[in-house]
Amino acid sequence: MSADPLSGAAPAKAALWRRPVFRSTVFQVLLILGVVAIANYLFTNTLHNLEQRGISTGFGFLSMEAGFGILQTLIPYDETYTFGRTFLVGLLNTLLVSGLGIFLATLIGFVMGVARLSSNWLIARIATVYIEIFRNIPLLLQILFWYFAVLQPLPQPRQSLDLGGMFFLNNRGFYLPAPVFEAGFNLVWIALAIAVVVVFFMARWARRRQEETGQQFHTVYVSLAILFGLPLLVFLAAGTPLTWELPALKGFNFKGGVTIIPELMALLTALSIYTGAFIAEAVRSGILAVSHGQTEAAYAVGLRPSVTLRLVIIPQALRVIIPQLTSQFLNLTKNSSLATAVGYPDLVAVFAGTTLNQTGQAVEVIAMTMGVYLTISLTISTFMNWYNKKKQLVER
Amino acid sequence: MNVQKQPGPDLPPPASSVGVIGWLRKNLFSSAPNTVLTLVAGYLIYITLVPAFQWAFLNADWVGDSREACDSGGACWVFVAVRFDQFMYGFYPEAEYWRINLAFGLLIALMVPLFIEKFSRKGMLAAFILIVYPVIAYYLFSGGAFGLVHVETSLWGGLSLTLVLAGVGIVAALPIGIVLALGRRSGMPIVRAVSVVFIEFWRGVPLITVLFMSSVMLPLFLPEGTHFDKLLRAMIGIVMFQSAYMAEVVRGGLQAIPKGQYEAAQALGLSYWKTMGLIVLPQALKLVIPGIVNTFIALFKDTTLVLIIGLFDLLATIQSAFSDPNWLGYSVEGYVFAAATFWIFCFSMSRYSQALERKLHTGHAR
Repeated sequence: MSADPLSGAAPAKAALWRRPVFRSTVFQVLLILGVVAIANYLFTNTLHNLEQRGISTGFGFLSMEAGFGILQTLIPYDETYTFGRTFLVGLLNTLLVSGLGIFLATLIGFVMGVARLSSNWLIARIATVYIEIFRNIPLLLQILFWYFAVLQPLPQPRQSLDLGGMFFLNNRGFYLPAPVFEAGFNLVWIALAIAVVVVFFMARWARRRQEETGQQFHTVYVSLAILFGLPLLVFLAAGTPLTWELPALKGFNFKGGVTIIPELMALLTALSIYTGAFIAEAVRSGILAVSHGQTEAAYAVGLRPSVTLRLVIIPQALRVIIPQLTSQFLNLTKNSSLATAVGYPDLVAVFAGTTLNQTGQAVEVIAMTMGVYLTISLTISTFMNWYNKKKQLVER
Repeated sequence: MNVQKQPGPDLPPPASSVGVIGWLRKNLFSSAPNTVLTLVAGYLIYITLVPAFQWAFLNADWVGDSREACDSGGACWVFVAVRFDQFMYGFYPEAEYWRINLAFGLLIALMVPLFIEKFSRKGMLAAFILIVYPVIAYYLFSGGAFGLVHVETSLWGGLSLTLVLAGVGIVAALPIGIVLALGRRSGMPIVRAVSVVFIEFWRGVPLITVLFMSSVMLPLFLPEGTHFDKLLRAMIGIVMFQSAYMAEVVRGGLQAIPKGQYEAAQALGLSYWKTMGLIVLPQALKLVIPGIVNTFIALFKDTTLVLIIGLFDLLATIQSAFSDPNWLGYSVEGYVFAAATFWIFCFSMSRYSQALERKLHTGHAR
């Protein structure tokens, strides 16, 4: 203890329990003990209960035969595969519906968000009504509505709604033509890969040239031309190695083509409409967050409206939009677990539902399911923090 | 020389720029693409809204007591009317409906003064609603004391169950959320770590897995023979989940309080809890009321998920009514009724939260 420099007298020593360091140490030790005690209590109870019910713990069940079928599988699967495989099938189905949902919701959200700011009164009103209606109705209700009230009453396969002879809609699903890649199609993929590499280097060259000489280059148009043009040329040169397999009515059902099962359709429709409404709000708030002075300043330095939009408005709006957008993507992924309600075989339905009921391994199954969602959320939020830090407004 | 000294009277604006025509030209037909958009959108509205309106109102059947009353081809609201009590109260005994009505009536009566500007004891009243009222409501709903008949929670249902779940969720999650938010901003590393892990865990998983967990795993976690009510299990799950979201909302408010406030409180010699309780939290909580209302809206919509673990909230009650053989085929009416009910609650709350945001924003607007 150093002496008080003014009076020379030693400062009055605070009592031990009044010192902040002591108090916070004691408090934190107590907290750890409390957490450990609770965890221990729950753990011993669980072990005891599991023993009573004759359930063995561990992940051994993952290599046991599942013995149940799954409505939609992206990888080969039947009853003889293991529970580990059902986990994978469910996970892929979750990722499928989330990916498609994110794509559609973003599309709807951006269109509606911009539409809400439209100078056309009717368009702005329609967008507002859409947003306010669908944001305020529970998602589960919307999923059930699309499934039970819209898709199930559709006609039987024999009386399918025929959309142009290529698309068919009935109560078994939505049937689309499937692309069939023939022998030469690999060349097109290779061409696409080459195009991506070329575009990457071209963009780097253009940026460096602009930094050095100030000359601009139409990177976007040239990139698009290369990205689409090169594969297209190769595609034509290889003799159009792509045909479409049309769905056709055989017996009581359609064969061939791609089938989108009604469960997926209902889930996808509801998810993208519901999340689209939230994204639309994010887009609107992002655009409104860029003050009008920015536009005026850009015009004042002589930028054209399109350049203003691209270089001034959008980059600043994205700073507001992207974080909200990622959190909506995250919500959509988590909300896709409502698939259980209509029987779409996602991770929760297949794994936390059927597998749990068949094996009784509640702890392991729920932990694995939660682990998947936690991993996805933490990955996305790590990315978001990184992005925010990168794009943060640097003030003074 | 004939020089006009006075400016002439203002000419009226051209007829095409004022009045209805001016408005139409400006807002609907300002350019060729806009005109096309307007016409297409107008046509789409015409072909969807007119039949929908006819179905829902003009051709609808409103009175009757069986499906025979529904013969005019439109919506059959008789279905909803006949089962209205069930949609509101679930399987609660009919003779005891007054208890639910009384509980909600009391709540509304208590809430009204909160919205009156001049009422000065809002804090006391809010504390009463948050602490004393839940006890009263519990005894009214559940009974078993004061001469009220006990009603099993398995009989609770309908809209009243939805409101109970949402109410319990918000009232219980608020204090837990505040503690977690303080923990996350604490200077003690272990406290902070525990709070962060708790918050991020619950925010990272979907509510449905939380409900699965609370319905499947809670019985495993507790000593053998502990009886646990299904509703209570769902509530525990919802409260855990909600408190994590609440913590993040409160944290936003805590971060918005300038550092000077903390330092001034410390300079006055206030302890940590006094600083928080008397200086920081009152300001922070006021700031985040709109955020709390927004999480409440999300919670209100999320309560429908209890359908999946077999509780009969409004949506589940309606869904189960579809399988009544006397009323097959009226699912659209049921869903529309459920959607309208949820919409009215959520929309009015979100409007309230927006108004509040504008009102609270006055001093802080940049």
